Amino acid sequence: MLNVNTAVEIAFVLIGAALALNVYRLLRGPDTTDRILALDTLGINAIALLVLFGISTASTAYFEAALLLALLGFVGTVALCKFLLRGDIIE
Amino acid sequence: MMRRFFPRPLLSLTVLLLWVVITNAASLGLLLFGGLLALAVPLVTRPFWPDPPRLVRPWPALRFLGIFALDIVTANWRVARLVIGPLHRLSPAFVEVPLDLRDPFVATLLASVVSLTPGTVSIDVDRQRWILLVHALDAPDPQALVREIKDRYEKPLKEIFAC
Amino acid sequence: MSTMSTATEYAVAALIVLGALFVLLGSIGLARLPDFLTRLHGPTKATTLGVGALLLASAIFFSTRPDRGVSLHELAILFFLFITAPVTAHLLAKAALHRQAKARDGEQRTTADREKARSAPESPLG
Repeated sequence: MLNVNTAVEIAFVLIGAALALNVYRLLRGPDTTDRILALDTLGINAIALLVLFGISTASTAYFEAALLLALLGFVGTVALCKFLLRGDIIE
Repeated sequence: MMRRFFPRPLLSLTVLLLWVVITNAASLGLLLFGGLLALAVPLVTRPFWPDPPRLVRPWPALRFLGIFALDIVTANWRVARLVIGPLHRLSPAFVEVPLDLRDPFVATLLASVVSLTPGTVSIDVDRQRWILLVHALDAPDPQALVREIKDRYEKPLKEIFAC
Repeated sequence: MSTMSTATEYAVAALIVLGALFVLLGSIGLARLPDFLTRLHGPTKATTLGVGALLLASAIFFSTRPDRGVSLHELAILFFLFITAPVTAHLLAKAALHRQAKARDGEQRTTADREKARSAPESPLG
């Protein structure tokens, strides 16, 4: 019997595992770009976690946080990549 | 008249839709404010935008979106199997796709589409030679990949934007 | 949740599990694949699709609840994620190729060389 509550529980476990794998890549590297990618993925997975938490508590209060995370994660990743490419963020 | 107030009709529409979606369109006041934003944002940001080609044919565009959505889902499944399966069987490769289109905006769109469809990430658009550099996760036959990208994505895009 | 019809509940539950599965697959790809450019494939696509499915599930879930109207917030996040994913991938790939080229040829390159190296990477994998 698959209802929403059990689905959310399963999803929490799966995403928790995904987060652990991201942290592994973040710590292991080996290159800076790998770490940036891991950070970016961590951010997106955090959005997934927030959305799931919203469903499990039946509250819409977390959307703004998820949206902000999406925006800031993207801007941060772009800034880091720019820095690697140019040695400078704003030319 | 319309052109003066809405120099970018599509951008205005996008802004309005985004506003409606973010606020859940809860009240008439919010809707009106969204309309105001749709008017103001394109006017204020006008100097930043490159000239996009006019969207000429909406129906092929919708069909392309459908195909694209389906491709994302089905091809993700393929990549999922590659990721779990034995890694030594992967043959990652750089593939150069010669482009027929000559419009920077459409080329960007094509690059994004290629990046979102699994198995390929576009890395660079060479605007001197008009070549799209693509990295493929598993491409035992690069020529087939080139043909697939050209037939499946470039041709419809060229048709939609008539360039 | 009792007011939700069984069909929608199944759909939401299935979307949640599928989405989480794809998120996990993306991270497995990130952790497991052998080099950076192959690693790039997992998170940009599987994760985006997974989060997309979760957001869709959330939109359906909140829209079918009796106490509120339609919930469309999620579509904004979805739209944003699908727009930014290719850009992030593109910039990361460029940064990686740039760093590899730099590591190969030492530090003393001029800007012109750098431009050339970025537009024509010979075999950055090898």
